[in-house]
Amino acid sequence: MNNVRKQKRANKSLPFFFKDEFKVSFIIIFISTILLITTFTFDIVPPILNRGIQPAAFPKALLVLIISLTLIIYYLSKKKPWKIEKKLPKTFFLTLLSFIFFVVISKTLDFFLAISILSIFVSYNWGEKRLFYLLLVGIIFPVIVFIFFETILGLRFPPGIITNIYYN
Amino acid sequence: MDNLLLMLAPLFSSKLMIVLFFGTLFGLILGVLPGLGPTTGGALILPFTMTLDPLSAIVLLTSIYCAGTYGGAITAILINTPGTPAAAATCLDGYPLAQKGEAGRALGMATVSSTVGGIFSVIILVFFAPLLAKLAYEFGQPEYFALAIFGLTMLASIGDGSPIKNLIAGAFGILISTIGKDFMTSIDRFTYGINELSEGIGFIPVVVGLFAISEMLTQSTLLDQVFKRVALKAVKLPSLNDYKQTWKTILRSSGIGSFIGVLPAEGGTVASLIGYSEAKRFSKKPEEFGKGSIEGIAGAEAANNAATGGAMVPTLALGIPGSATTAVILTGLIIHGVRPGPDLFREQPEFLYGIFGAMLIANVLFFIFGFFGAKIFARITLVPNKILWPMIFAVSVCGTYSLSQSIIDVWIMIFFGVLGFFMRRYGFSVVPVIIGLILGELVEGTLRQSLVIFDGNWLMFLTRPIALTFFILSLIALAFPLLRSKKKKK
Repeated sequence: MNNVRKQKRANKSLPFFFKDEFKVSFIIIFISTILLITTFTFDIVPPILNRGIQPAAFPKALLVLIISLTLIIYYLSKKKPWKIEKKLPKTFFLTLLSFIFFVVISKTLDFFLAISILSIFVSYNWGEKRLFYLLLVGIIFPVIVFIFFETILGLRFPPGIITNIYYN
Repeated sequence: MDNLLLMLAPLFSSKLMIVLFFGTLFGLILGVLPGLGPTTGGALILPFTMTLDPLSAIVLLTSIYCAGTYGGAITAILINTPGTPAAAATCLDGYPLAQKGEAGRALGMATVSSTVGGIFSVIILVFFAPLLAKLAYEFGQPEYFALAIFGLTMLASIGDGSPIKNLIAGAFGILISTIGKDFMTSIDRFTYGINELSEGIGFIPVVVGLFAISEMLTQSTLLDQVFKRVALKAVKLPSLNDYKQTWKTILRSSGIGSFIGVLPAEGGTVASLIGYSEAKRFSKKPEEFGKGSIEGIAGAEAANNAATGGAMVPTLALGIPGSATTAVILTGLIIHGVRPGPDLFREQPEFLYGIFGAMLIANVLFFIFGFFGAKIFARITLVPNKILWPMIFAVSVCGTYSLSQSIIDVWIMIFFGVLGFFMRRYGFSVVPVIIGLILGELVEGTLRQSLVIFDGNWLMFLTRPIALTFFILSLIALAFPLLRSKKKKK
């Protein structure tokens, strides 16, 4: 209870640009504005082919709606501040990092290898230190999934150092 | 009579019975595991359904839906953590009763009331879906546009969390649907020269990302959580005294659940909370609620399972999903080339009544599985997250890749997973994004076609009585949270 109070007090004393309400609203408005600017680059349909409205009009209206609603939530948050979220633990960032590894490895080396490495990395960082279970999640299970998709669904996985060996 | 025979058709098809058996079993396992549930599970299983014919695929998804909704109660009662959000209200009395050494009785009541609620809602579905479909024959483009807007506003006002944040999420979902070639003029929108984006963003990468991958990230923040499981000897059927005490509650909650389910919102979760609070309001012993009241369990469980059939009514009759899981089922229908709506009732009654029958059988099956196997299912909760989630990741990635064999889809899935995590963290529900994405084409298409009909005059919408009614209902839906918060302040 004391910790929550302390955190609330600390949050109150923060400059506005450090508060979640501001950061979230700013990001939404910033991205929406960029997208809104993009809509002005969409091709314009000649009136004879135009069906009701221009193709850019609908996304424009949606983006204006999103920006307006975000301004409202930011205004309302001044009266009723958002719940303070706990700091994210190290395991979250490691999991997030593993996704980046996954994208890089699946693009450069091998799709299957990327799944294996991510599974072992995540499982290990989440606290699994037993070798058998690491092998289970990192090799045995992905192999089962791979074979299942390959044989039953007739899926062809993208080429890579391991999948090439399998397909050859 | 013909329709009744069509409903019983799954019983005579060994293939459908096998699908039902495994769907129910899989649904129960998903329901029991906290963080999974029928929505995420349905999304994960969607790519696999491509190997099945449309009826078997939808039967599989609906059986997962029915059984998964019930499965959440097992975890709620035994470890005080709802397996699915819809079972949150079940924890309030289920766990205290289990702590008193009556876990078997609590699970027995949850099983019976879930089954009654589920069957009740299928009956509602059988009667009301065709009626609603008949009504939908009167709908033109303006009416469909107004209906879709009504669906989205209802979701914003009744769904979890802040209505404005839900509206933003819904608008964002519709915005995603505009990515790719404009379906009327073939002009590229938000493609940035990437060829893969010209076809638009598929449902599956978004659904799997927002539900499964974002949940994986959520679980990565909850690793220090310790679950204490209450011992369970066997599930006990409720006694005569329990039935006397709860039959009115079960019927009332079944009605409430079916009604809430029909409204396009987060069906089961809201239904169970209302079912629970109404059970308390009508109870002769309201002081027992929160301390292990059998009526509390019955009220919550009958309502959340009744919402399953209710939520299927607008999904099948209008193509407007009644809940997050029905949004996944609707995606399943679309990828199998089945367009829900009034024409489906006229052209493919055997398909529809097959689904109705399958839902009915699924309710009976989960009763049997729950009654005899709850003890085994309870053990599944012991599977550690550090083993479970990497496996789910492998299935998610392969499933997403399998649909169009595109690595871009996998990256889109991961992107939406990260986005979904932050959305949930800051109070934005991910369900409106999915529903917005599904309804996006309908909203834009009907708006543009209506404007062609009206020669660009927006005011003409107000001359159409059905459309006007939906717009008024949308305004009421938007005003509802304001009125509710004012009432709370008073």
